Amino acid sequence: MRNVYMIDDSIISPLGFSTKENMDNLRLNKTGIQVIDNPAIWSESFYGALLDTDKLFQAYTKISNDIHHTKLEKMMLVAITKLLEKNPKLNIKKSGVIISTTKGNIDRLKEKNNPKVYLHSIALTIQQFFNLEETPILLSNACISGGLAIAIGKRMIQSERYDDVVVIGGDLLSEFTLSGFFSFQAVSTAPCKPFCKNRTGISLGEAAASTWLSSKKENTKKETIKIAGDASANDANHISGPSRTGEGLYISITKALEEARVKSSQIDYITAHGTATPYNDEMEAIAFTRAGLQEVPINSLKGYYGHTLGASALIESIIARHCLLNDELLCSLGFEELGVSMPITIIDKNKKQALRRVLKTASGFGGCNVALIFEKVAS
Amino acid sequence: MIKENYYISDYCTIRDRQVYRNGELYYKNLESVSIKSFAKEIYKYMELSYPKFHKMDELCKLGFLASEVLLSQREEDTSENTALVLSNKASSLDTDRKHQETIQHKDNFFPSPAVFVYTLPNIIMGEISIRHKMKSENAFFVSENFDANLITNYTKILMSTQKANTVICGWVDLDTNKYDVFLAFISKKGKIKFTESALNNLYKK
Repeated sequence: MRNVYMIDDSIISPLGFSTKENMDNLRLNKTGIQVIDNPAIWSESFYGALLDTDKLFQAYTKISNDIHHTKLEKMMLVAITKLLEKNPKLNIKKSGVIISTTKGNIDRLKEKNNPKVYLHSIALTIQQFFNLEETPILLSNACISGGLAIAIGKRMIQSERYDDVVVIGGDLLSEFTLSGFFSFQAVSTAPCKPFCKNRTGISLGEAAASTWLSSKKENTKKETIKIAGDASANDANHISGPSRTGEGLYISITKALEEARVKSSQIDYITAHGTATPYNDEMEAIAFTRAGLQEVPINSLKGYYGHTLGASALIESIIARHCLLNDELLCSLGFEELGVSMPITIIDKNKKQALRRVLKTASGFGGCNVALIFEKVAS
Repeated sequence: MIKENYYISDYCTIRDRQVYRNGELYYKNLESVSIKSFAKEIYKYMELSYPKFHKMDELCKLGFLASEVLLSQREEDTSENTALVLSNKASSLDTDRKHQETIQHKDNFFPSPAVFVYTLPNIIMGEISIRHKMKSENAFFVSENFDANLITNYTKILMSTQKANTVICGWVDLDTNKYDVFLAFISKKGKIKFTESALNNLYKK
């Protein structure tokens, strides 16, 4: 089967409107999470990572004057346009397009009968904007959506359905999801602290991102990143609680390693899901340890972005790609002291280190898990 | 390219207060007053004993029941590697609206985790996975209409790359009292060759 490469990407987030700006801020260990006083989202102040509406408006007016697009659509359209502008060789009309979102335009549900609440309306918006013949594929698979969309894109390229795939992911920080996580008592009273002893829950965030997957290595410049292995497995245990044995995540990691034909000792870096809820982080620590990965440097990027739901695993994969290319590890922001039962190795400061392979994982409601292995290869 | 042949071994539809298994009427109750009561009647008719069923939202109940009908005559073990590839139009909007009602008014604000957890369409796959201990691949797609091309193609990809031995695929949609459920079991054995048009024909039947 042919190889699939991650060629380029773009991120629209509170940490910047390009991947470069995001990477620069990550290297400074800046966070997008701050106190939010916005009665339209929540009656009291809370910690979250909200996208600057004025900045989004400025970026969007450069590409369109259509006032009917929703905030999420604007975020996604800007993310894709930035990717296309940087890559004249990428022909989106000849590519598969996969959209990843959990809740789409959920902020519109409070209005009566707004058709934008149907997720496929986003696929139609993107189709019309870029004049695509085919309606984009839309995946909605809880918090693993962004990672699973990359896996599905890779599989579709391998099976020769497409030569190129554009994956686009995005979700909003909305009253809808915030109220739900509050009802679960899963929202942190401070910026979230993944894997830390003092963690009390998640911080929510919003962002959009886009990446170009291709079968053609010649589309890249120097070194390139291959998607060496991927797998997804359900815990078959509980719809909202993670498995105590990390079963589905463990199976996903094992199968992804198998496909990449590498051992756990050949993984140099893990960028985990790390939502900072007590149960999730504990489950991940168990799964990583079962897979023999407890000594591999691990971070969670939720301390920078909050949990961006359908965008999170996509953004974290994009950052993994840049960490691989630049041989660098990013500090797991918010971490002070290990708060899981297994002795996993959390990255407590930024480091330069030679890297060949990164493991990206994600887990979500419904018991779903995904693992992706990115590998650096010489062009 | 995928060359191996796969088959639609079994299929099930739930529509208009009737349940069909492999094209034949399995159960009907035209007097059912609601989806909730219709689902409960199917549950009773099948003599199921699975307390988790009663906690599910209506979308999950319909998907769960279709999977029960689909798997009721199968002897082979599904736990090892049966993937789920489901799709619909309305995502989890039916329950999203219920959650929205609990937060719509500041003076009557009562969001509940028992409702919120069902505001994701892939929860159906979680429920089916728990029931049959299926620690396998899941994917939930959303499209305006049943996309037989996508579902057939992705199912074949999973099987040809050994990511799944068998697949339950189909459409589980619920949108304010309108529902449409179609599931198919795809394996290497069966009489109907698994193609986009065959799947589409069975869906439309």
